[in-house]
Amino acid sequence: MKEAQEFVWMGAIPLQIHLHESEVTTVPPPPPALILAPRIGYLPLLLPLIKPYFSSTLPPGVDTVWFEYKGLPLKWYIPTGVLFDLLCAEPERPWNLTIHFRGYPSHLLIPCEGEDSVKWNFINSLKEADYIINGNCKNVMHMSQSDQLELWNSVVNANLEAFIRSSSKLKSGTIEDDYASKISWMVLGKVPVRLYVWNVSEDFGDMEDAPPIDSWDRISYVNRPLEIHREGKCFTLHDAIKTLLPELFGKKRKPSEGENDEQSFGSEEETKNNRMTEEGEGNISQPLETGSTADDDPEIKLLRIQGIEPKLETPISWVANHLRHPENFLHVCVYIKVPSAKSL
Amino acid sequence: MNESAWDGTLSASEFSASAQAFAEKWKLNNPAYPPWTWVKSLEVPIFATNQQVEEGYLSLENVCIVKSNDDEVASCVEGEASLYDKEDEESTDSATLPYYFDFHIIYSASFRVPVLYFRAYCSDGRSLGLNEIESVLPANSAKVLLESKWTFITQEEHPYLNRPWCKLHPCGSSDWMKLLFQAVEKVDRPAMELYLVSWFSVVGPVIGLGIPIQMLKEP
Repeated sequence: MKEAQEFVWMGAIPLQIHLHESEVTTVPPPPPALILAPRIGYLPLLLPLIKPYFSSTLPPGVDTVWFEYKGLPLKWYIPTGVLFDLLCAEPERPWNLTIHFRGYPSHLLIPCEGEDSVKWNFINSLKEADYIINGNCKNVMHMSQSDQLELWNSVVNANLEAFIRSSSKLKSGTIEDDYASKISWMVLGKVPVRLYVWNVSEDFGDMEDAPPIDSWDRISYVNRPLEIHREGKCFTLHDAIKTLLPELFGKKRKPSEGENDEQSFGSEEETKNNRMTEEGEGNISQPLETGSTADDDPEIKLLRIQGIEPKLETPISWVANHLRHPENFLHVCVYIKVPSAKSL
Repeated sequence: MNESAWDGTLSASEFSASAQAFAEKWKLNNPAYPPWTWVKSLEVPIFATNQQVEEGYLSLENVCIVKSNDDEVASCVEGEASLYDKEDEESTDSATLPYYFDFHIIYSASFRVPVLYFRAYCSDGRSLGLNEIESVLPANSAKVLLESKWTFITQEEHPYLNRPWCKLHPCGSSDWMKLLFQAVEKVDRPAMELYLVSWFSVVGPVIGLGIPIQMLKEP
């Protein structure tokens, strides 16, 4: 169990950060900054490492830092690894980003006033996860300011040892469980999940040919707790995706059911063995066949968590236990191809 | 749902039903305001043919709020006559400039409560920042905001629209909803259809939207 957690905490993305040309005042322009960014961290936290590369060339003014990938302003509160998994269909190494110190797009991005904003956002997510898991935020609310700070610093420094020490005070962070279908830390049987869905309308062979994401409107962000059946049947990752996206996968249910936990999916359907390769190989995934409606069901082209592509039959309890982020959310990036609408 | 102790929350489908009831009562009892509309939130873009999308939110847009000189709550709708007495209508003092608000009531699946999102803008379309909004709200609202430990406003991304909006924080909602129902209704578990009406009776005044007393009565 500790190995998986170490794997997650040690994960890092090599970044090559270029200063936007409009902010370069020196000739020749400064070389890009090469930074190794922790997957579980956040881009604004890298500023102390990046700024020295560019401070002598910036135009006068106050810094309002934001990052951009191929023209898309990046949401700073999404963990770095998740942004990478989502926006780079074919993993790019190093990942080329552009940094801006001026002209914050405040009509698009919520403000970020440095580390404090990121910390506030993190603690709020921690509270939200606490509420989902326990039905209240008491665990987080009862942490002292200094304990919260210690927890936060362990995330900033990607220091797993310090995190384990700090989160023992949190009480909802115990992970010494096996991956049986009963998960003792999920008091209410609910997993905090954040799903980032890219509906790919065109077919593409290799991931390299995937069209770039030019607007956040093309991504559907689903922030819904996953309710797990505890009746003995193994709830797989595949089951989880279908439960979280009833709009796509819930054709057989009645329209009045708004809850996630009323439907039964998964084990009854025939799921072919979907062998997804490790990242970087670029193989096409086998289309998923789900029983009798194979032609109508959406196809999961890619599913990434912490930079890996777990097999869809993996028990969700294992995935949740091993691959969650420090704030206890499981962030999942999915590329789905929805069959084109039939003409009426 | 646990029958012995209601925790102050509601399910997604209860929210949808309650939203409908709320919108109907509002239309009936608040004719001077535009009605709340139900906006379907199509989770996955492009896949627009799924008629089974149930999830949605309540929307009330272009509500004009004018902060009058004597700090009474003064609201009007796009130039229509205001509901309350107010001072000089012709004043060009910036304190009485009309500001327009959009309100969305969105269900939070994590906290199982409704959450109020809103944004404000001037007649020229410029969005107001968080500080400006707090100064523009009627004094009563500001008072509630400051004094109540349940209510604080943050700037966060709208769950569906990918833009920064203001949000009234939901963390304490279930607690005060539970208290409200126990105190006022003297029941342990409310008729869920009334949830939003009661919820709004607390939340509305925080952002300058009153609620007519008739709405709180059973039809």
